[in-house]
Amino acid sequence: MKSLKYLLPAIAFLVLVVFFYRGLFLDPRIVPSPLIGKPAPAFELEDLREPGKTVAMSDMLGQPAVLNVWATWCAGCRQEHPFLMQLARSGEVPLYGMNYRDERPLALDWLRRLGDPYVTVAYDPEGNGSLDWGVYGSPETFLMDPQGIIVYKHLGPLGPKVWETEFRPRIAAMQGAGQ
Amino acid sequence: MKLVLALLLAAVLAFSAHALQAESVLAMNPEETFETPEQLRRYEAMINDLRCVVCQNQSVAESNVDLARDLRRITRDMILAGATDAEIKKFMTDRYGDFVLYNPPLKPITYLLWGAPVILLLVGAITMVTVVGRRSGEVTDDDEGMGDNA
Repeated sequence: MKSLKYLLPAIAFLVLVVFFYRGLFLDPRIVPSPLIGKPAPAFELEDLREPGKTVAMSDMLGQPAVLNVWATWCAGCRQEHPFLMQLARSGEVPLYGMNYRDERPLALDWLRRLGDPYVTVAYDPEGNGSLDWGVYGSPETFLMDPQGIIVYKHLGPLGPKVWETEFRPRIAAMQGAGQ
Repeated sequence: MKLVLALLLAAVLAFSAHALQAESVLAMNPEETFETPEQLRRYEAMINDLRCVVCQNQSVAESNVDLARDLRRITRDMILAGATDAEIKKFMTDRYGDFVLYNPPLKPITYLLWGAPVILLLVGAITMVTVVGRRSGEVTDDDEGMGDNA
């Protein structure tokens, strides 16, 4: 009984240590999206590259598609851009863009200088379209199935590792189901 | 010399007070244009209960981030359009999840969160009762008890 008295605080301490240790490797910026498994919110926004033309969510239906939310003021977007170019060249999956709270001349200049990996880019200067998608930081990248259900969301720069572990298996599963 | 310092300090204080005020005015954007005091009250209660998902440790009311400004505008517009508090909260959680609420709803995943204070209180009470109970029993041979471990 006496030994228990001394053991209990030590056990409580160890439990705390386990939680704190786990906490070291969690990113508090990652908030689970309630949109996973739900239909992608509709949007109709102006085309970044062709003013006057409309880009809609429905454009992405019919195949697995990736929507990347980016802005020229966003450092992580600059970081992931080479990978997006590589992804576009591979033709693995159509990559759509949503330009988030940005200015058209800056965004166009960015695409001219760094390359343009997108099929189309929706221009969302007021953040109205991205709000419905629960975007709160950029870059954010969504994966949708052919029916437009959001299957996965990645927060932060996209890279080969995340692509390999999170995106590719899910895309493969969709393609497998379609055949 | 002292006078100069005092004046300088006063100037700095006045300036920072002014800056603070300017900031809080900015934070109030968009201007509340409500028809009734009740609407204003609901607006303020709502934006103080919403977490700014970008800055996380600030409420939507406190934050100057673009997204928080938009959420304030949406809250205002929804209140003016006659939406209930529940409808506004649903709009927010549909997009950002329960994380956006500073007051998370009671559901299986939050049972521990809501129950923890009660559990801790119970543990504390039981510990206190047993310790105090044992001590009061030992009252006569108190010094002996203290010397036990030595």
